[in-house]
Amino acid sequence: MQDQAQVAAAVTGAIIGETLVLVPVVPMIASGAIALMKRDRRKTAARLAIGSLSFSFLYSLIAFVLVAMRPGLRVSTYSTWFVVGHTSVDLGWILDPLSAVMLVMVSFVGLLIFIYSVGYMAHDENFTRFFCFLSLFAGAMLGVVISNSLLLLFMCWEIVGLTSYLLIGFWYQKPSAAAAAKKAFVTTRVGDIFFFLGIVWLFSQTGTLLLYKGGGGAIEPTALALLLSQHAGLGLSAASAIALLIFAGAAGKSGQLPLHVWLPDAMEGPTPVSALIHAATMVAAGVYLVARVYPLMQIGAPAGGTTVALTVITWVGAATAVFAALIAVAQSDIKRILAYSTVSQLGYMMAGLGVGGVAVGMFHLITHAFFKALLFLGAGSVIHGCHEEQDIRRMGGLRADMPLTFITYTIGMLALCGFPIFFSGFWSKDAILEAAQHWSVAKVPFYMLVFGALLTAFYMTRQVCYVFLGYWRGHGTAHESPKIMTTPLAILAFFAMALGLIGTPAWPWFRDFLDGRTATFSWHGFAEPGLALLMLTSSLVVFLGLWLGWRLYGNKSPKPKEPDALEKSAPWLWAPLRDRLYVDELYGVTVVAFYKWWARVADWLDRRVWGGIVSLVAWVFALWARLNRLLDVNWVDGGFDKTCEELAEGGGLLASLQSGRVQNYLRILAVAVVALALVLIWSSRP
Amino acid sequence: MTTPLAGYLLVAALVFAIGLGGALTRRNAIIVLIGIELMLNAANLNLIAFWRYGPHPEALTGMMFAIFSIAVAAAEAAVGLGLVIAIYRQTNTTELDKIDRMKG
Repeated sequence: MQDQAQVAAAVTGAIIGETLVLVPVVPMIASGAIALMKRDRRKTAARLAIGSLSFSFLYSLIAFVLVAMRPGLRVSTYSTWFVVGHTSVDLGWILDPLSAVMLVMVSFVGLLIFIYSVGYMAHDENFTRFFCFLSLFAGAMLGVVISNSLLLLFMCWEIVGLTSYLLIGFWYQKPSAAAAAKKAFVTTRVGDIFFFLGIVWLFSQTGTLLLYKGGGGAIEPTALALLLSQHAGLGLSAASAIALLIFAGAAGKSGQLPLHVWLPDAMEGPTPVSALIHAATMVAAGVYLVARVYPLMQIGAPAGGTTVALTVITWVGAATAVFAALIAVAQSDIKRILAYSTVSQLGYMMAGLGVGGVAVGMFHLITHAFFKALLFLGAGSVIHGCHEEQDIRRMGGLRADMPLTFITYTIGMLALCGFPIFFSGFWSKDAILEAAQHWSVAKVPFYMLVFGALLTAFYMTRQVCYVFLGYWRGHGTAHESPKIMTTPLAILAFFAMALGLIGTPAWPWFRDFLDGRTATFSWHGFAEPGLALLMLTSSLVVFLGLWLGWRLYGNKSPKPKEPDALEKSAPWLWAPLRDRLYVDELYGVTVVAFYKWWARVADWLDRRVWGGIVSLVAWVFALWARLNRLLDVNWVDGGFDKTCEELAEGGGLLASLQSGRVQNYLRILAVAVVALALVLIWSSRP
Repeated sequence: MTTPLAGYLLVAALVFAIGLGGALTRRNAIIVLIGIELMLNAANLNLIAFWRYGPHPEALTGMMFAIFSIAVAAAEAAVGLGLVIAIYRQTNTTELDKIDRMKG
């Protein structure tokens, strides 16, 4: 009986795996259909987008359940796209635990945000365009998730980048939105160039871009052994170098430290976009990419040790986590705080991948997707209720006006802070901290991450105090959002709490699911040495952060013009944090200044050097033209004139024959006949 | 005694000459038309004479030819007079010297 069920599951799994491509393709087709619609077909557009994504969600759910029933199932498909010489470029898709869990997360969160958008964008005149872009994004993101080929992944990756650009600049009439869109596009492009170099290098070494190809894929042992034996200089193996290049691409997309500047600016887009793309899914694509090619990152690690690539990932992730959390402390735009928080949490995920492996990083990715989407949608609800106000200093007291938003937002906030036991963020963050504690290279990342957790609790408390406690400081009166917006909030809030249950030390279902094992429940999971102490420490850190935040901001409701509580006590610390630690300014005086200088050089070259050459060529041609003109005027024209004169004269002569007098003609006729007769007579003489 | 062929030819040549002279010298378009008619009839006379004195007087070919020619001449006269009337309506004259609008 058990065997039969297993066989049936395997067969269905194979079928689903073969047709998995429908999951991204259906929303993409919907996007195309919406693009062709008229602007006023709002309802049809929304229905089509939500319907297609519902299909993707159900299909993903079936796939997920099948994978869950067959631990370690991996169905990979590929077919040849084109052949050049002896090398073929293959595309394909894959169904394994990692892609299944991402599929469900992306399509489910996406679906909730689609529904929420119907309410949030209800008054926007470009409603249909919005859903067209959203559907395209959903399709491309699902495409990234199921790709079995780095090339297909890269293509979907770029479409995702494109839709991100389009949606950040959705209100392109605002100059700041247009600038933010450009910034996001250009910044992520920097990472993508490295990513592409990595792909090309990988292809040149292994001859394939498929991840899994029945033993012949690029991240399967044969190819990895080959990559490890190649040297790339600087003491790196080709495997490490390629891994670092791919990580650079992931860092661009996921806002890791040097390339994080675009993400806070991306908040210029509509709030559902911030929630879906710039918090829950797209920015997580970088983390997913690293998880996807984890065998490449990991290859060559000594027992209990780590590799160059993973070390770099850990350090970058930990630095990002603290850096962004620090900046978030001193921001006053509700969405900007969340954006820096997102950057910080992405740092946690990267560090989790670096120190603990796929399961640790991915678990935080999944829980974060839910509670950060919840927080962003809550922020959207607040902004909506406060008449498009985004400055937290002009809010306050919303606890009474927007009770549903308040409750769900608080749940999201506690999950983000990692409030013990009941919230998913606690379990996923603890897994990262635990792995960091046992990291073999250094302990510093662990302390950085703990400090980051403290900051997270602090800035979230500050934000909630500003927005929901105290008294109302804005204009007009705030109102609760419609049901279509609050229902997704409630659903997300449920998952923000419940998701922690699948990753507790007692029942590490998520880790075992990704590793292809069947999870078993046992309380002994908590008995691991040091774990209890760690959980206690992290709980204390969270409480300390909450308490500090409450001390400084609780129920005080400062006036909009009044300086911040932290600004009063530590102005030397406040100013650099408020100015985002001058990273943008740093780019301004380095990269941007260099480009400006280079543009000036290019301008000078254009004007003086190339312009001179062009002028010279033009002058030569002008001279040649003058010569031609001389020839024309004197010779060719003369000839033509003479011909025309002759023709006109001849015409005149002929015209004079046409006297218009009939009798003249008759006379000529008569003379001609007589002459003809004479000739005939004369010639017929014998 | 029968008249010789040359007699018919002589008369026909005279009529033709008179017609030609009229057509060439008179100014009135109608008189010119009459001259043309005379020339046509001279030709008819020749046709009949040559037929009568030819090798096959029993074949009726010459008479047929002449009748055909007369029919054509009648049609031509009708068209010609019609043209003259149309021209007269336009220019108020039938003097051919004054009708030279087709001058090149």
